[in-house]
Amino acid sequence: MARVLINVPRSAKRGDIITIRTLIQHTMETGYRPNAQGEVVPRDIIRRFTCSYDGAVIFSAELSPAIAANPFLSFTTVATRSGTVTMTWEGDNGFAQTETRPIEVT
Amino acid sequence: MIVPTRRLLLAAPALLLLPRQADATPEAMAEAVRGFTGGAPVTPGRVALDISPLVENGNTVPLSVIVESPMTEEDHVRAIAVFNERNPQPHVITAQLGPRAGRALLSTHIRLATSQTLLAVAALSDGSFWSDRAQVVVTLAACIEG
Repeated sequence: MARVLINVPRSAKRGDIITIRTLIQHTMETGYRPNAQGEVVPRDIIRRFTCSYDGAVIFSAELSPAIAANPFLSFTTVATRSGTVTMTWEGDNGFAQTETRPIEVT
Repeated sequence: MIVPTRRLLLAAPALLLLPRQADATPEAMAEAVRGFTGGAPVTPGRVALDISPLVENGNTVPLSVIVESPMTEEDHVRAIAVFNERNPQPHVITAQLGPRAGRALLSTHIRLATSQTLLAVAALSDGSFWSDRAQVVVTLAACIEG
């Protein structure tokens, strides 16, 4: 399991716009870099990120090798009701990780 | 980053003989933009691409895109895409969002192989496309060393 840093506010007022920030530990190997033997290192990146909240996908992104190592993503959403924010990363070599964070909406 | 080893030093002349990888070009970027817009015209404006004009380290460059939009059910940003001219591939990121985002905002960290122009394109719910460009000077490039 890769280490993740996720910043979702624990509580928010209904209708507030909240910022979600995520960072996951991953080399994001571009597939263009030679190793010490001069051979090109095969690509190994996270290709897709999805975030769902309150029963629907609120944000998703397709990443390319141009995204820096340890991909950081920040976006916003409207606090609708208490529940769980679910984040999924999928990538090369079967990489898949899901994290959830609770949010309390008053 | 790996400290240069003797093996790497010995391999250095061989590296020089490797064929240079094809880089993205302004044409390749235009092609990638067409893939995103489906050929629809792209108007400059409404989008703000925020990136430092002088970058010391191309390995991780903070970038944000903000689009002027009320983000209502009738009028919102459907997707934001970022493209580049001179990385090995023209595509950087495509993000899908909707009225539930509240604000049309995207921040991430990217890699830049060299000094170049970046282009952010926003797809709106009414089918129009808006864009913003940014020139970036990179001192230390990404992707060149092992």
